[in-house]
Amino acid sequence: MTVLARQPEQAVSTAEVTTPAIQLVAVTKVYGRGPDAVIALDGLDLTVEAGSFVCLVGASGCGKTTLLNIVAGLDAPTSGTVQIEGGRPTLIFQEAALFPWLTAIENVELALRFRGVPAGRRRPEAADLLDRVHLSGFADKRPHELSGGMRQRVALARALGQEARILLLDEPFGALDAITRDVLHEELERIWRDAGLTVLFVTHNVREAVRLGQRVILLSSRPGRAVAEFPVVIGGERRIESPEVSALAITIGQQLSEQVRRHASR
Amino acid sequence: MRLVSPASEASAPDALGTRLAGLDTLEIPSLRRPPRLRRIVSAAWPKVVALLIALGIWELVVLSGWKPIWLLPSPLTVFGELWQQLVAGQLIAAVAVTLRRAAIGYGLAVVVGGAIGILVVRSKTLRAAVGSLITGLQTMPSIAWFPLAILLFQLSEMAILFVVILGAAPSIANGLISGVDHVPPLLLRAGRVLGARGFAMYRFVILPAALPASVAGLKQGWAFAWRSLMAGELLVLIPGQTSVGAQLQFSREFSDAPGLIAMMIVILTIGIVVDVVIFSTVEHSIRTRRGLVDAA
Repeated sequence: MTVLARQPEQAVSTAEVTTPAIQLVAVTKVYGRGPDAVIALDGLDLTVEAGSFVCLVGASGCGKTTLLNIVAGLDAPTSGTVQIEGGRPTLIFQEAALFPWLTAIENVELALRFRGVPAGRRRPEAADLLDRVHLSGFADKRPHELSGGMRQRVALARALGQEARILLLDEPFGALDAITRDVLHEELERIWRDAGLTVLFVTHNVREAVRLGQRVILLSSRPGRAVAEFPVVIGGERRIESPEVSALAITIGQQLSEQVRRHASR
Repeated sequence: MRLVSPASEASAPDALGTRLAGLDTLEIPSLRRPPRLRRIVSAAWPKVVALLIALGIWELVVLSGWKPIWLLPSPLTVFGELWQQLVAGQLIAAVAVTLRRAAIGYGLAVVVGGAIGILVVRSKTLRAAVGSLITGLQTMPSIAWFPLAILLFQLSEMAILFVVILGAAPSIANGLISGVDHVPPLLLRAGRVLGARGFAMYRFVILPAALPASVAGLKQGWAFAWRSLMAGELLVLIPGQTSVGAQLQFSREFSDAPGLIAMMIVILTIGIVVDVVIFSTVEHSIRTRRGLVDAA
């Protein structure tokens, strides 16, 4: 398996010390026991530096949801070690998991309440958070009155309200149309830079991974394992239709197909 | 020709916000509701027509001479009787006693059913022990409890309330239990990611998510409570105390057909009014708020 070497100019200089925000060592997750056991993750190593944007791509069955659950602390690994720096991560799901009985602003306020923000300060702070995702005009709408993309932005505002330093995203834009997705890529990128977050973004869309990530990590399927890593070295403004994005996406896509083909012969 | 106007160039940093605002406006459908009066009229007329047809059929059966007029009086006679009872005050006194019993019995059933529901939801052992018993109790005809209730509490209001509670509480508990069972796992995960634990998880995630099913349980509980109460008032006649059920029983004893049918209309009306005015309204507003009502 080829692991592309980091290019010299991209290598981390010794002057800036980058501490890993997420470090997984030999993480294995097995569901069930005996002959029926399913190995979701098999000795996965993963390091995400603080403040970086890392994308994980893989076909179905690469254990990406399991991986995010473990990093988010919702699930424990069967073996291996998980180290998280900078507090509990927050997680954004494929479909916005907003509470349907609360309005947009109330959903954000609930995150503030769980963070321990005093009652009087929740409303203005929640309004600021909605403003950051350009949704000030929709504070009093309920989730079903919003579009899919708007719901994901409320989920993003809610996640920001938790003040977590690590943001995990599980195929968050998978169900959105291409136009909305492009705009949300910019939005997420802007928020990542402004807030200095560490982002771990899982997707099966290779172009999306190359568009967003500083590094793209390819996972194998059943069991899930990191098989290759690609640094994304594209200067200037990156768009999903940029030729550089396409070129790298094609390379990664070929390796992904190889991974999928291996399962056909079994 | 310039395709990009200077104004949009100037606001370049805000271009993302502008594009999002454009997308958002396109995404949100602008629905206008018809005026209130028209909505009320369009909701009411089928009910009025159905009522008139039912009264018409009743009048036709009376006119056919199938039963003598003193056994099956015409609608006009019955409504005349109802009006007389209303102005004489005896109807209001009877309804007041019955509604007081309904409120106390149903209120206690909500407390008992709610407490049992929460205990069963929280404990696996308790669920294994009494889960199916609750459903079993729901199918038990409440009238079958009365011999025991009269034995325990004699001919007293306690006997009636005892059966009302036993009739309504299982449905209320079951509604809550099934509501909690059907909370979408995604919402539970979202709650955990937000940091909700233990009581906070119940208070802010599980119970609100279980509300629609709980209201369905409350509504069914009311139907059972009302039936049990009527059975109780017919069987447990407390000397010197009037009630809707007692009036019904007296009318039968005096072969007063108009009074009897008038009282049945009162019973039916109260049942419907509580169901429509309280439960259907609450149910509808919950469903609307959560987007479970088809807008079309």
